[in-house]
Amino acid sequence: MSGHGSGRVERLLEGLAAGDRTAISEALNLVDDRRSEQRQAALELLDGLATRPLPHAPYRVGITGAPGAGKSSLLNALVEKLRASDAGIGIIAVDPSSQRSGGALLGDRMRLSGGARESGVFLRSMAARDRLGGLADATQAGATVLSSVFEWVFIETVGIGQSECEVAQLVDTLVFVAQPGAGDTLQFMKAGILELPDIFVVNKADTGPAAERTRGELESTLGLTASPEPGDWRPPVLLASAQDRQGIDTLLDALAEHRDQGLKSGRLEARRQSGEQAFAVDSLARRYGEYGLERIGGAQAVAQRLAAPGPRSIFAVVLELGREIERAVKPG
Amino acid sequence: MPNNPKLEQTDRPWMIRTYSGHSSAQASNALYRSNLASGQTGLSVAFDLPTQTGYDSDHALARGEVGKVGVPICHIDDMATLFDQIPLDRMNTSMTINATAAWLLALYTAAAERQGVSPDQLQGTTQNDIIKEYLSRGTYVFPPEASIRMTSDVVAYTVAEIPKWNPINICSYHLQEAGATPVQEIAFAMANAVAVLDAVRARDDVPEETLGRVFGRISFFLNAGIRFVEETCKCRAMTALWGELGRERYGIDDARMLRFRYGVQVNSLGLSEAQPENNIVRIALEALGVTLSRDARTRSLQLPAWNEALGLPRPWDQQLSLRTQQILAYETDLLEYPDLFEGSHVVEALTEELLSDARGELQKVLEMGGAVSAVENAYMKQALVESHTLRIQAIERGEQSVVGVNRFEETADSPLTADGDASILKVDDSAEREQVERLLAFRSGRNDDEAKAALQGVEDCLKNGDNIMPASIRAAHAGVTTGEWADTLRRVFGEYRAPTGVGSARGTLASEGTEAVRTRVDALSETLGRRPKILVGKPGLDGHSNGAEQIAVKARDVGMEVVYDGIRLTPEEIVQSARDEGVHVVGLSILSGSHSVLVRDVLERLTKEGLGDVPVIVGGIIPDDDAAALRAAGVARIYTPKDFDLTRIMGDLVDIVGEAAR
Ligand code: B12
Ligand SMILES: Nc1nc2c(ncn2[C@@H]2O[C@H](COP(=O)(O)OP(=O)(O)O)[C@@H](O)[C@H]2O)c(=O)[nH]1
Ligand SMILES: [Mg+2]
Repeated sequence: MSGHGSGRVERLLEGLAAGDRTAISEALNLVDDRRSEQRQAALELLDGLATRPLPHAPYRVGITGAPGAGKSSLLNALVEKLRASDAGIGIIAVDPSSQRSGGALLGDRMRLSGGARESGVFLRSMAARDRLGGLADATQAGATVLSSVFEWVFIETVGIGQSECEVAQLVDTLVFVAQPGAGDTLQFMKAGILELPDIFVVNKADTGPAAERTRGELESTLGLTASPEPGDWRPPVLLASAQDRQGIDTLLDALAEHRDQGLKSGRLEARRQSGEQAFAVDSLARRYGEYGLERIGGAQAVAQRLAAPGPRSIFAVVLELGREIERAVKPG
Repeated sequence: MPNNPKLEQTDRPWMIRTYSGHSSAQASNALYRSNLASGQTGLSVAFDLPTQTGYDSDHALARGEVGKVGVPICHIDDMATLFDQIPLDRMNTSMTINATAAWLLALYTAAAERQGVSPDQLQGTTQNDIIKEYLSRGTYVFPPEASIRMTSDVVAYTVAEIPKWNPINICSYHLQEAGATPVQEIAFAMANAVAVLDAVRARDDVPEETLGRVFGRISFFLNAGIRFVEETCKCRAMTALWGELGRERYGIDDARMLRFRYGVQVNSLGLSEAQPENNIVRIALEALGVTLSRDARTRSLQLPAWNEALGLPRPWDQQLSLRTQQILAYETDLLEYPDLFEGSHVVEALTEELLSDARGELQKVLEMGGAVSAVENAYMKQALVESHTLRIQAIERGEQSVVGVNRFEETADSPLTADGDASILKVDDSAEREQVERLLAFRSGRNDDEAKAALQGVEDCLKNGDNIMPASIRAAHAGVTTGEWADTLRRVFGEYRAPTGVGSARGTLASEGTEAVRTRVDALSETLGRRPKILVGKPGLDGHSNGAEQIAVKARDVGMEVVYDGIRLTPEEIVQSARDEGVHVVGLSILSGSHSVLVRDVLERLTKEGLGDVPVIVGGIIPDDDAAALRAAGVARIYTPKDFDLTRIMGDLVDIVGEAAR
């Protein structure tokens, strides 16, 4: 790899390999940076990460659902459990940006209790910026960075319809957190994204029978829409209470099961690949626009070249395609 | 004696108090006795932050805080010293204590028993209002449900055993200090009272027929701002609404039980750092507001001091506030007349308007499941943050006049502040060391087995649902410490972090100034490659969140990305968060007086983490001398209350981040 910031990239790669938190943070800053030479360096970094063997098998979990459903609390409960086994955990928490100012208030979400706050869980919050769906620009790249260091990578994002689609593309398992009350299910059905989550959790089961009712409703709604092929994953609907730490083990079991099944069936691999491809197309389109993509044959053709198997990482391909576009649009 | 002895109608003066306590039990005892000697008629105890949040003076989190903003009370000997030579059967003591109210009441009861005074002779108040801690005051520890249970334990216990005690003082005071409008102050306080009363009513050990007595023991603690006519009407409206609630929701008809009893501390939020002597006048007018109407007159009054925004008051400063009350009560003819507003259409109409708006707001909170739900879902907190944003904005734009601040700013040199930091009380750092020494001596002198057994008794209560008071009083006698008691509760109940309310708070209105900064932020984003990101951090036990909240909201509104995780974080947590989050600048907000220790700690840790080039700015109550020292230690900029123009601060932020990026 040659390029602008390669010294820095080498240094970051080393730091990441050593699990150095300052390097993680700097890498996340880099993949978030819009300046053109930084973008270049970011792709080099991602390529470097993609092409080197990892000492662990990272697993990415998306947690989505309406504000206040208890996503952060549930995540906290999961983290507590996982920390008991010393697992490395990285979290990306995405919050909406203000439409008006472009600014964002992050935080007020990590209800990490004392233990988890102190135990070295890595948390980066990101603002959704101009992405309508609610996912930060740099989420995919950020998740790649965190995956290179931690076994568990969680992405918490506010469920506002579109964002489920986006987060589904970049995680191995998508968990939807609902709270008791019919409103949620209805909203969810209206949004038309019932197919996306792999696991449903009705949280706040401690508040009474409404939780069980909501679970029933969700189950029957799911039963109507999804008629799975044999061997297909059938999304379970679980009950939990983040507050009373109930149902956390069951959720962890369901995660493990989904992961194992995905690994066996090859679905996980396919999903990761298509997620990366979507990211790549997106990233090129955002940088060079429709017009730029047209120069090298349009989105379709780009997608095809990205999908073609090869020794290089998708990030390297993106770099190369970018250069091609630049050559094509530059006069003379 | 009033000046006109012919009048028979004369009302008795309200109870005159001063909120005080600092350094040590011994020093505070001396202060109390001298205050009583100069005509104060009741005591109002300020505890230090470790005591309020359940830490012993030797705990790591207590460092720099011991004896600062109140008196440290770790065990029964401290409590006994605090009231040495003050006969508790004749004293009326108000204690501003909440999360650990049950424990401090247990210590007080035990100390009284040592004096030979039995519980049924005790008079006074435990503030014991946890809901407003989540919303404003910040010294909560445990989750809402567990906290409400303890509140109701104290209520049930005192109604039976300490019948002259006010077990809870529902505070709307702190809500106004966090920005509440009069309507919010009324409605949220009533919702709070309903949450407590409902919890007490649901208990098996409180028979239906005592509910009237319970209702009658609930008192309130109100604020009184500078719009004193409106404040008079607010007090009248609350009197009416309380009666309504009692009759309609709780079926009480005994007029004595329905009486709205309240004390007041007048507004401090509006007291200025600029031309601080003007505060003397503000304080007097505010005191007038809550004493003017006989039918809705306060029963006790505390006044802040003229130097409120500078730092802690010295004895002379408190004396001036005391004299202000005494002039009002004993010199003027205020107490000689029946209610001045009887038949006033104007006052009636304004009262009615407040009342009807407050009823609506109360209904809204009750419909979302009551005050506890409205804490957890951040409804009330967010509403306060939004009201406060509007208040600050009105001052910034000059729509709300504050004399000496945004109007009539020119001033001659004030002799009151000529000596710089000598115009406030400075607590000697040796206070902490000596307190810790006493604590260690106390621990080694007690019978550990007895203490341990008593503590087990407390834990058993928590688990089997018995009232926590009797076991706590036994623990007090057995030499259990504040930290041990609270740790036991932390273990059983867990700790809680309340929502900050800023997340989706509606922010500032667009203005020319804001737009201009926003444009600069956009330009800076281009240079940085991403939006400027700021961490607003509140290290230590300090619960003053207003400043941090408003800075956070404003920074978002000018286009920055803001990380704000609420109060009471350790320097270590703040530095970890600064690093993980990749921020461009760290802003610390500290008002409790522990800035010197905490800011240095953060600076050192940042350097150790290789983040020494991230600029640090600090805001809060920072006396000039300390500010100079902090600047020398590397703080980029320091802000105090006189820097009320948030837009200007945002402009500075752009400069600071821009410079650091170069
Ligand atoms: C409002 C208030 C409260 C409210 C707080 C509500 C809340 N949620 O914030 C309530 C009633 C709860 C309260 C309680 C207490 N208070 Co108080 N309180 C005040 C008061 C009157 C105003 C503070 C305020 O909110 N101002 C409005 C905000 C917007 O201004 P600000 O915070 O100063 O912020 C401005 C600047 O400083 C700067 N800034 C601040 N932070 C930051 C951060 C950044 C990044 C930047 C750039 C700028 C910046 O910009 C802001 C814009 O102008 C002050 C006195 C005064 N007039 O200043 C006392 C004061 C701070 N309180 C004091 C005390 C002692 C207490 C208690 C500890 C009393 C006790 N013993 O129990 C309690 C406990 C609180 C706790 N848990 O820590 C003392 C502190 C003494 C000291 N430092 O030596 C003061 C100074 C009063 C006094 N003279 O005694 N208080
Ligand atoms: N009763 C109850 N409340 C919960 C539970 N989980 C979360 N909450 C509360 O629900 C609110 C929102 O929680 P949070 O985790 O911030 O939700 P998020 O917005 O989805 O991340 C908070 O007040 C939590 O205390 C639960 O299991 N039971
Ligand atoms: Mg959340």
